[in-house]
Amino acid sequence: MLKEGQVRIPSGCAISGILSRKGECFSGETIIKSIELMHDRSNGLGGGFAGYGIYPQYSELYALHIFYNDLTAKASAEDFINRHFDVENAGKIPTRRVKGIDDSPLIWRYFVSPRQFKLQESELDEKEYVARCVFRINGEIEGAYVFSSGKNMGAFKGVGYPEDIGRFYMLETYDAYLWTSHGRFPTNTPGWWGGAHPFTLLDWSIVHNGEISSYDANRRFVEMYGYKCTLMTDTEVITYLFDLLIRKHGMTLKEAVDVVVAPFWSEIELMDEKDKKRFDAIRAVYASALINGPFSIILGFSGGMMALNDRSKLRSLVAAEKGDNLYVASEEAAIRIVCPTPYSVWPPSGGEPVIGLVEGKK
Amino acid sequence: MSLQLNWPDYLVERDENKCIQCEVCAKQCANEVHKLDPDTGKMVSDDMKCVDCHRCVTMCPTRALKIRVNDLEFKPNANWTSSAIKEIYKQAASGAVLQSGMGNPKPYPVYWDKMLINASQVTNPSIDPLREPMETSVFLGRKPAKLEFNPDGSLKTKMPPQIKLSVPIMFSAMSFGSISGNAHESLARAATKLGTLYNTGEGGLAQEFYKYGPNTVVQVASGRFGVHPGYLNAGAMIEIKIGQGAKPGFGGHLPGQKVDEAVSRARMIPVGSDALSPFPHHDIYSIEDLRQLIFSLKEATNYEKPVCVKIAAVHNAAAIASGIARAGADVIAIDGFRGGTGSAPTRTRDHVGIPIELALASIDQRLREESIRNEVSLVVAGSIRSSADVIKAIALGADAVYIASAALIALGCHMCQTCYTGKCNWGIATQREDLVKRLNPDVGAERLVNMITGWKHEIDEMLGGMGINAIESLRGNRLMLRGIGLNQKELDILGIMHAGE
Repeated sequence: MLKEGQVRIPSGCAISGILSRKGECFSGETIIKSIELMHDRSNGLGGGFAGYGIYPQYSELYALHIFYNDLTAKASAEDFINRHFDVENAGKIPTRRVKGIDDSPLIWRYFVSPRQFKLQESELDEKEYVARCVFRINGEIEGAYVFSSGKNMGAFKGVGYPEDIGRFYMLETYDAYLWTSHGRFPTNTPGWWGGAHPFTLLDWSIVHNGEISSYDANRRFVEMYGYKCTLMTDTEVITYLFDLLIRKHGMTLKEAVDVVVAPFWSEIELMDEKDKKRFDAIRAVYASALINGPFSIILGFSGGMMALNDRSKLRSLVAAEKGDNLYVASEEAAIRIVCPTPYSVWPPSGGEPVIGLVEGKK
Repeated sequence: MSLQLNWPDYLVERDENKCIQCEVCAKQCANEVHKLDPDTGKMVSDDMKCVDCHRCVTMCPTRALKIRVNDLEFKPNANWTSSAIKEIYKQAASGAVLQSGMGNPKPYPVYWDKMLINASQVTNPSIDPLREPMETSVFLGRKPAKLEFNPDGSLKTKMPPQIKLSVPIMFSAMSFGSISGNAHESLARAATKLGTLYNTGEGGLAQEFYKYGPNTVVQVASGRFGVHPGYLNAGAMIEIKIGQGAKPGFGGHLPGQKVDEAVSRARMIPVGSDALSPFPHHDIYSIEDLRQLIFSLKEATNYEKPVCVKIAAVHNAAAIASGIARAGADVIAIDGFRGGTGSAPTRTRDHVGIPIELALASIDQRLREESIRNEVSLVVAGSIRSSADVIKAIALGADAVYIASAALIALGCHMCQTCYTGKCNWGIATQREDLVKRLNPDVGAERLVNMITGWKHEIDEMLGGMGINAIESLRGNRLMLRGIGLNQKELDILGIMHAGE
């Protein structure tokens, strides 16, 4: 049977995200509790988490989290890493045995910075250099897969129910100001750890519920800009879209949102001249970046998160606030289990982003 | 004097019990098939002249007429088919090039009919177009590499000229001359009502059509007929016609008898003179020459109109299209080998060029590999017969399609494929006054609007079925297609998987 990346597998899911806008760190136990409540939205074939602010001691280094199928893959990948990066620290990511989680690959972590002369030789900016190295490891080294590559953040994922995955990775030992999580319900059984969510690139992480019907239009668009969609998943292509629009095209998060969930023509016609001109141009130039079909996503980044629904709101998404904390989840119950008395709870409209930023961070 | 060895292709059958000798058939037939025999008082017909256009059958008040394909056959022979033999008889008698009208009728594969469209089930909801917005608008024109905004959110990037179509379907080039003024008028009015464009072809633009300018593509072809600054500025878009799917590498010839007073004025040539379009543009012998023409036209129109370059789908169309994009064209139109024509040499029409589906797939892929697909718009033509063909073309990577044969059929064309005779009984491909007035432009425009409206409803429904509510999300979305009965090479070129995969 073909595994993820060789075939496109649609899946339904549960998502949850919790942000402290004060930037106060809290352990991963909370997010596990939230996603666990939505157990029935997953089917045990994928779960994962992203935490931001978890590596304060290495905050200026890229944390590469890598799955290896075997030691040969590890040797080749490490050879590549040593040639392209200075490695400050490396080791196995600590895990514990959990019932229901087996067949785990080798899971390693490296804190690295680009080798200066290599970086200069490449004439790329640092982020592009790291991104290209990640693409090369994932595309060229058989059996090695980088599943997290940001600074002071990390993804933890695998095949299993999300709560089991969380305990497997001992997330209660990490403190983050932002946690996102995902439970997966794929309609096929690939059983590949790399295929679980979140999907990440540099500091971006995406958890996603839905099946976008514009997938191949979006994929073929981003692939024109040097991205390689090796997983054939919605999350992968959505991550690249945001990376392209924000990092490469220099847009703000809000502008990128205007592109991927551009308003309907019927709404644009009612706008004033300035906005009409803006959205006419967006829909003309970025027609292939419009994300269509049902989705709800949580995009995590250094300093905040954004939750977003497709413009027809074909997937559930609820948001809540209590003090400085912002909660988003597929179901309200998943918020109330960790925050029983939020000050406000609302269902964001289709295409209307919920953006939470940590004070003082850009 | 040569022997005439051919016999009639069609047989006119008249039910004598029904015929009332009203002579309607005789009056309706420009080919003069029917006449009243004064001796017997009965209607008789000369089958040899019949082109199977069905005008008489449709108009006969008592339904007394039927046209049958002549079933007289040569001895069966898989190699020397009856058409191969008859064409030799014709050439042996005339020494001439065989002429044909309308598109390639040979049984080549029609790839549209070998692709199937996807729909949503369970994991992704289909969208009901009666309840939810369904968007079919597209923009044609050059796109900047990226957009920039001012701090107040307004657009900073200067946008090149764009044309917004309410449906991704335009009426393709048919010149005034090759088709009648009333056919032209029907297309212009329908395009205006529908929010799309029609195309002048290389026939220039008669003064009374200038009012349709915002919905007009003005064409500049190798003969440069009717081209002047007023003409270029009259339209919404300018199209440089390099080639046509029905006759790639070939010019054009409008016989002098079709050049009446009105056609003469529009084309800026004397009445009765043949209008000959040369094979190539004699100022374009290479791609860098094309660039000069593109920018001359842009200069002439103050950079306010997108410039389209239309080529026939030929073997290396992908590389040519890439060159055209880099030469500065804003829109590239590709015309496949099944595209229609008023007149083409039969051998060229039937044997030169490639199917539009394959050309489109390879051009779209090539432009993507070169990271320039988003900069230009891609329009395809060459036998789009239905809304399903439109959907498939867009999923393969087109921004919009051109239709012409389908539009003429909506106006009453019965595909008799003899447009070049100038005796079109339906008032379409003719300039004969008595024939032209058979086509009422009010009715013609309404029928075109009806057809496109029907297609749009069908497009909405198929998009909704796929869980898509904006047509741009279908563009190049090849996962929405599967091949049926295609070999691996064909699937690879089309960039799609086989049904069941």
